[in-house]
Amino acid sequence: MSHPENASEFLKDQAQAKWHDETLWFVRDKRDRISKTIPEWEDLRNLASQIKDNVLANLGPYLEQFEENAKKNGVQIHWAKDGEEHNRIVLDILKRHDCQAIVKSKSILTEECHLNPFLEKNGIDVVDTDLGERIVQLLHQPPSHIVLPAIHLKKGEISELFHEKLHTEKGNEDPAYLTQAARLHLREKFLGAKVALTGVNFGIAETGEFVVCTNEGNADMGVHLADVHVACMGIEKILPRRKDLGIFLRLLARSATGQPVTNYNSHFRSPAPGRELHIILVDNGRTAQLAREKFKNSLKCIRCGACMNTCPIYRRSGGFSYGSTVPGPIGSILSPGLDMKKHSTLPFASTLCGSCSDVCPVKINIHEQLYEWRQEITKAHGELGKGLSMWIAAGIFKSPLAYKISGSLMRKALKTLPDSLIYHPMNAWGKSRDLPEAPKESFQQWYQKNRS
Amino acid sequence: MSSREAILSAIRGIKLEPKPLPEIPEFGIQGEIEATFVQSILGNKGEVLSQAEFETWLTASNHPKLISRSTHFSDLSTISLPEDPHQLNDLDLAILDGQFGVAENGAIWLEDADLGLRVVPFIAEHLVIVLNKKNLVATMHQGYERIGSATSGFGVFIAGPSKTADIEQSLVVGAHGAKSLRVVLI
Ligand code: SF4
Repeated sequence: MSHPENASEFLKDQAQAKWHDETLWFVRDKRDRISKTIPEWEDLRNLASQIKDNVLANLGPYLEQFEENAKKNGVQIHWAKDGEEHNRIVLDILKRHDCQAIVKSKSILTEECHLNPFLEKNGIDVVDTDLGERIVQLLHQPPSHIVLPAIHLKKGEISELFHEKLHTEKGNEDPAYLTQAARLHLREKFLGAKVALTGVNFGIAETGEFVVCTNEGNADMGVHLADVHVACMGIEKILPRRKDLGIFLRLLARSATGQPVTNYNSHFRSPAPGRELHIILVDNGRTAQLAREKFKNSLKCIRCGACMNTCPIYRRSGGFSYGSTVPGPIGSILSPGLDMKKHSTLPFASTLCGSCSDVCPVKINIHEQLYEWRQEITKAHGELGKGLSMWIAAGIFKSPLAYKISGSLMRKALKTLPDSLIYHPMNAWGKSRDLPEAPKESFQQWYQKNRS
Repeated sequence: MSSREAILSAIRGIKLEPKPLPEIPEFGIQGEIEATFVQSILGNKGEVLSQAEFETWLTASNHPKLISRSTHFSDLSTISLPEDPHQLNDLDLAILDGQFGVAENGAIWLEDADLGLRVVPFIAEHLVIVLNKKNLVATMHQGYERIGSATSGFGVFIAGPSKTADIEQSLVVGAHGAKSLRVVLI
């Protein structure tokens, strides 16, 4: 299904859609407020962006340095060209340890590699341990947001799910009660797992260490109880120096949820005595993206989710409408690089308002890349180009609800967005043409009123 | 060709313009360090106590299984550190010394030597970190300066109790790890 078709599915439950929109805006607002308490905020963003530019320009040497240092620290390093190879490496490690059940903490990379279904097919019980991820896993859904995996669900649905799966009281929707039930359920899993898997937020070339950030402490509960820790890391997660973490940890949580830092920021350098520590370095399309001059900047992403929280389309269409592991503005520039055909509608799921680029802590020019992808997609489809844009338009016009909403959405946005946002110098959309006077009524509304 | 070689040679094949690695300036904070630190911990849903307040709290509460690795409260342990971390599942309270705290966000740095077993601050039902007021720094930049090139196998910044907001964005303290964090400033 195309993005517009999926979006109109999401918009069917209007109360839910409104809650989703407002809640994410609230998170965005928290981010704004906390960023204003740091006078050097823009300096930090510039530094983060420059450090990541330097990383991308020297990715090969940094990866080799990282590998060498990690090996010295007693870590076992693996390299995977793609998701399939990554999954096989994980399975091999599990087999070697005769392990039937693993615990996992939030790793978008393993979602990208479709690790869970692969392991399940091979008889391994996989338990996601981040509360939001466990909830969506029990529902057989993917996460709908990279930082807030269950943001598309209401507590009533979670209460029902937990009643069925964890035998909580029927009708008890108290988040504290439900969280406590999950705590007990997952404690069992932590205690029983021989192997624990985590993602990686940052890997440090200079020291060979890597950092994992959580608020729940689930990554640490898993890995410190297990005999073996497997860390899955995209090759772009490298930072040159340990002190660069100062910049990135200051930016990450503030951008993500508006909190000053995540409550647990764990630095893994070498395995505990008698334990094993593995790092799998995964390419899966990243070197291909690095070779695309116009799009390589997307590899600077630190997965904070800020661009999703601020995006008027994401907030009003939900994460599932994108049909890609990473949804929202950044997902719409990463996904076409992986499969242009499948994700060809995503770069069009944007108003190009530029708000994503404005909040991005590493200053990725997201909205400009979205625009570039539109050109690429139209070019790649050649003669099909016209057909494609017709089809995109058809996706909207075929579903009257989405048409209605996207129209009234824009009229509202134009009215409520501050001029500073619309006329921001980075905003190619605002710059390249005068904004039309937004009509108070759509043609449809006008027609409704006037036809009699 | 191994995947390692394939990936590295793919990168080598891409023409990449050189980009300099910037130096990081000294950033500070505007407020007073200790007051800012206390505010940060409170914001993260932790508590800050004086030594006397802590002692009163400890006498009034009941923690059958307690491990203290703090040099300031060394005789409080009721159990010794086991070899197998799983045996700590019913640990009621852990008291640890933090190396330093960061005022801007309340993050406190601990390493292997402070923890005994890495799982301790996570698996304990309640966590107390003892911190000398002299060991407060302004921002994460000064924090990493303090860590320098230390070689501990594991190190962690802990800034509050375990928490989640995954159910409708309602904040719940006590997801998987410690249900409370008390920082004793001495
Ligand atoms: S693109 Fe920027 S704002 Fe979006 S998730 Fe990545 S780092 Fe965050």
